[in-house]
Amino acid sequence: MMRRDLVIIGAGPAGMAAASEAAGRGLSVSILDEQPRAGGQIYRDVDRVAPLRGDILGPEYTHGTSLTAGLLQDAIDHICGAVVWAIEEGFRISFTRDGSGAQIDADRILLATGALERPMPLPGWTLPGVMTAGAGQILLKQSGVVARHAILVGSGPLLYLIAAQMVRAGTPPTAMIETQTRGNMIHAARHLGGALRGWRYLVKGARMLAEITRARVPRYTGATGISIEGTDKARAVCFTSKGCTHRIPCDTVMLHHGVVPNTQAARSMGVKHTWETTQNCFIPQTDDWFQSGIEGVFIAGDGAGIGGAKAAEFAGRLAALQIACQTGHLPQADRDQSATMLHRQLAYEKAARPFLDAAYPPCTEALLPEDKTVICRCEEVTAGDIRRFAKLGCIGPNQTKAFGRAGMGPCQGRYCGLSVTALLAQANDQTPDETGYYRIRPPLKPVTLGELAAMNDSTLDATE
Amino acid sequence: MKTASPFLELEDTPRVDVSFEGTTLRLPVGANLAASLLAAGVEVFRHTPVSGAPRAPFCMMGACFECLVEVDGIARQACMIDVTEGLKVTRAHGREAQNDAS
Repeated sequence: MMRRDLVIIGAGPAGMAAASEAAGRGLSVSILDEQPRAGGQIYRDVDRVAPLRGDILGPEYTHGTSLTAGLLQDAIDHICGAVVWAIEEGFRISFTRDGSGAQIDADRILLATGALERPMPLPGWTLPGVMTAGAGQILLKQSGVVARHAILVGSGPLLYLIAAQMVRAGTPPTAMIETQTRGNMIHAARHLGGALRGWRYLVKGARMLAEITRARVPRYTGATGISIEGTDKARAVCFTSKGCTHRIPCDTVMLHHGVVPNTQAARSMGVKHTWETTQNCFIPQTDDWFQSGIEGVFIAGDGAGIGGAKAAEFAGRLAALQIACQTGHLPQADRDQSATMLHRQLAYEKAARPFLDAAYPPCTEALLPEDKTVICRCEEVTAGDIRRFAKLGCIGPNQTKAFGRAGMGPCQGRYCGLSVTALLAQANDQTPDETGYYRIRPPLKPVTLGELAAMNDSTLDATE
Repeated sequence: MKTASPFLELEDTPRVDVSFEGTTLRLPVGANLAASLLAAGVEVFRHTPVSGAPRAPFCMMGACFECLVEVDGIARQACMIDVTEGLKVTRAHGREAQNDAS
């Protein structure tokens, strides 16, 4: 059985930066990632794509090549195409690759599993042609595939980024239907002082908006009553903005109202999570070095709370420094010296965050959808079902599974968990912390009997 | 010619034959299968087991399982597969398939 000083799950900015830092300090490192090539979602396939579409995707994307370059060290074993489905105490990581199961042991683990789109259940959101804005961006990044007639719906910086990238690709969105209001911006203004410390992000945002405006993309703000029309596929988006109702035909709808930590792996290990009001999601509890309450388990990057790609990179390095220190590869004084600059850079990255969180809050009607809206896409459970379960005495997300299979489909609650918590919390007049979240258990991703049977014999001997 | 796709491919890359529901499609070799099927005009990837509702790629990052298709007989996420010559892809059928084999 292969044993490593450090096993990292996820080859996005946090994972790649941590791998490079830890290997540079003398640790043996394996980095497991589901994708065929390094980069995570933000720098998806960056080595291959940067020369092809770097101009469309911008320098924030091509920066990723500096991180993939850091993986080219002998001490780093980059295991791509690896789908992790269990992490056991000790630590033993089980994963599937090329149709067979495999295992690897680790002294320490860094979960760098990044973010997921915040679920945005609106009427019609399950129709073909409706996808997350992140999905639309992945299509552009990895595949050079762009939607000809897309409507972008929701709020937040990513919505502007993808709109600007679509403009540069020659296929501007048909319209942007934005849910944030003037009131949100006024409320956010009190965080402007902090945001100015991260002024580069504000300048970048203003540039993106200018690009979108120049391309004459219609923007509707303060949109409410949003629904996606269609029976077999998305045909139009209907909504109200500034007192007028609209219906705009389209064939693609991209939804976004923020991203949230992907907590599946951390939860499966029993890491404690708490509700973070400003980010409107659960985040795992970690210390200043991104170590969780479980000794030896670290969580860095967006998976530990949304901070963006650059923040993830710095956090990954900080976690790696602490891991190197704990394992005797780095004296404490050297750790602290290297950490000083990283902490400063991290603070810079986080400066604009409170302003952005307040200016572009999640869309209220998608946080607490109307009764007939499907919230669990896999098992087709509606918001009304969850409210009905609450009336019958359902107090927590785990019970909704017994009441109506919510969260029990193949996505394992990834796209309904936060909706279920929010609906139950409201119906039972409890806080999200009191309400809790699904209990996540392995397998984290489906694994076939064939993949288990193909697991290396020596590995199996070691298991039993 | 196939019907116009809601999606446009920015680059022209070498293509190989892939079978989707018995129809031969020319998809870019090495490309992401879900993206290539969308660009080829495929709108429905599966029908849900509960109501038979049509579904298509939603997250493109292996998390939502909406792009589940059968590849050479095994249910797999199309967004996690690269296009290779001769792939046989069929829709993962839900309840609707029993009444309406389409």
